[in-house]
Amino acid sequence: MAMAIERPRSNRWLLWLVGSLAVVGVLALMVEDWGQLWKISSAPDNVPIVGMIPLVIFFTWLGLKQSKENDQLVETLEEDPALAKTHHRKTHPWRPGWAREIHVWPYLVRVEFLAAIIVTVILFAWSILLNAPLEEPANPNLTMNPSKAPWYFLGLQEMLVYFDPWIAGVVMPGLLVVGLMVFPYVDSNPLGNGYYSWRQRRFAVSMFMWGFFMWIILIIIGTFIRGPGWIWFWPGQTWDHNAVVFDRNRDLHEIIALYGLPFLNTSPFKEIFGALVVGFIFVAGGLFFHWLMLRRGLERSDFKSFRAFWNWASRSGEFEKKLLERTSILQYLTFQFFAISVLWLFPVKLILRLAFTIKYIWVTPWFNV
Amino acid sequence: MEPERPDENGDGQQSQGLKRGGAAGVVARARAQGLALKERAEAEAKTYKDPQQTQLWKSIFRVSHDRSDPRNRSLAILSNVFLHLHPAKINRDATRYSFTWGMGGITFYLFIVLTFTGILLMFYYHPTKVQAFRDILYLEHDVPFGKLLRNMHRWAAHLMIITTWLHMFRVVLTGSYKRPREFNWCVGVVLLVLTLLLSFTGYLLPDDQLGFWAVTVGTNMARATPGFGSEGPFGPQLGMTPFNDVRFGLLGGSIVDANALLRSYIWHCIGIPVVASLFMAVHFWRIRKDGGISGPAPVMLESEMKAAKK
Ligand code: HEM
Repeated sequence: MAMAIERPRSNRWLLWLVGSLAVVGVLALMVEDWGQLWKISSAPDNVPIVGMIPLVIFFTWLGLKQSKENDQLVETLEEDPALAKTHHRKTHPWRPGWAREIHVWPYLVRVEFLAAIIVTVILFAWSILLNAPLEEPANPNLTMNPSKAPWYFLGLQEMLVYFDPWIAGVVMPGLLVVGLMVFPYVDSNPLGNGYYSWRQRRFAVSMFMWGFFMWIILIIIGTFIRGPGWIWFWPGQTWDHNAVVFDRNRDLHEIIALYGLPFLNTSPFKEIFGALVVGFIFVAGGLFFHWLMLRRGLERSDFKSFRAFWNWASRSGEFEKKLLERTSILQYLTFQFFAISVLWLFPVKLILRLAFTIKYIWVTPWFNV
Repeated sequence: MEPERPDENGDGQQSQGLKRGGAAGVVARARAQGLALKERAEAEAKTYKDPQQTQLWKSIFRVSHDRSDPRNRSLAILSNVFLHLHPAKINRDATRYSFTWGMGGITFYLFIVLTFTGILLMFYYHPTKVQAFRDILYLEHDVPFGKLLRNMHRWAAHLMIITTWLHMFRVVLTGSYKRPREFNWCVGVVLLVLTLLLSFTGYLLPDDQLGFWAVTVGTNMARATPGFGSEGPFGPQLGMTPFNDVRFGLLGGSIVDANALLRSYIWHCIGIPVVASLFMAVHFWRIRKDGGISGPAPVMLESEMKAAKK
């Protein structure tokens, strides 16, 4: 490495190891039914998910590690403009006189060839060791319970719990796809094009990760937690086919009406109330994203005192302000629309539903939210 | 490609010997000619020791791959229909696995594996209610390597979804969707949707409980499409019933049955692969036109960020 990055040796990894082992141990103690857990994890079509989790963790680590290395390089170069003029600006090794470009034949082609061989070997091994599932012949009269969509769509199926089918099954996927497509067009930050970076693109990267990880968490919930009747069973709990959940879920207006406001149960107050609450949630989301996009990166010193933390939370970063200036109003509003309706509304509803057993916040004769 | 004849000037002497006449002359002549032919054959055989120098080889590969001078290395890429997706040269750090994770390439490779195993599966599979399930049993128990074939197709499909997601994740982490690659990102999003649909349409084909109920759950959502579903907002008002809404169009009926199986099959084996191939062609083409892989690029500094253009 051209820029050797000196790091003090530490035993932190040991702490991490012991900590993780402790967590795993406690979780293992909580498992009541190992057979059930094994049955779910080893169902052939669930194996890809079990495999995907470590892959996602690994590649997140790999990406963030390289981001950090680049960030350190950026910091060094920002402090030393003379060096910045001459440096080749990568963390990869470089010597004057080295060609900037190399021949695809053989340097790239051989890498591709090797990758193809490795993937082939993995596929063969996987296919020899594990058989594709085959259930009984299709039988419309015998409902599978739970009947689940293929795992990559479980996120949408899980959304059915929180939203009307037309929102969960049609509007949300549509918003997701369109939201992904507009992503490059609303990110007005010119930095970080073609190299890993966290420091220069904190907000954009974290917004994507928010969505990506949410999607994966939904898949995990749908696979490992939702049992017969789509009931929530913690991992390790036995899937009881006779379990009944006494549905205490109520709509928000019904709960508020209990506090001496019975008129909320009648039209049109019901609808107006719901619209107000949804409006409030949208505004709160917008404010939150606005606040978040102006934060500079957290540093360790920000946690030294409450005052230091407050300083971080209440003052906008200079760089972040510049980024916002570059953003057109249209870009800003488009971003907010997708961020609120995809990234914000969903966790809000999830918490309201799971923690406060609130079913809908806005009930109208035509749709419920 | 004429092999040299070492005995070119021996001809004169031979004709002199011929004048001497008689049977001895004929034998001597035949011997001399035989020797000449042998030498010629040996000389020619020597040239075949290097197959790359033969007319046959050159007609196929057009350029030599054995010499590694820059010209030939470039030509190896440029004159090959499969490799010419690549540029002749690339950024020296772009071949590192750590940058792209090889994910786009692996996704594409899995697509090829799926096409190959899929075509083989098609030899054994009939998309009919009577045969479909039995064909899978037949594949699993009687067809040589049928089980392996089916397993590979299944797991490659699952893997392709995971690698597509990871590929997209990498593109975000390296900011590779930024100018001028915005459009290629959108092409990628379409590919992502197509990949999911490919997998989904394949799920029904074994015609077992798993596929049946997964597709039932999946297409039930289509019922709720606003305006076009029989249970969606404004659907009934616009005249939608279970017998004419989008779900009916997808399934070719109001329940998942024979028509749904056939439609699934056609989308899975023809419709979506063709469209996906087209989009992949555009995707790869755009990578080249956008200047190749985005990095690893030299880092930019915050202090170098130009003021926004108004
Ligand atoms: C069937 C699915 C796909 C295939 C076969 C595919 C294939 C590829 C390949 C081979 C590359 C070259 C670099 C690399 O290997 O990373 C690439 C680059 C790229 N892909 Fe994809 N891709 C797919 C899906 C996607 C998706 C879902 C997205 C984004 C939503 C996407 C966006 C891009 C972009 C922006 C680049 C340029 C990256 C750069 O210049 O660094 N692709 N793709």
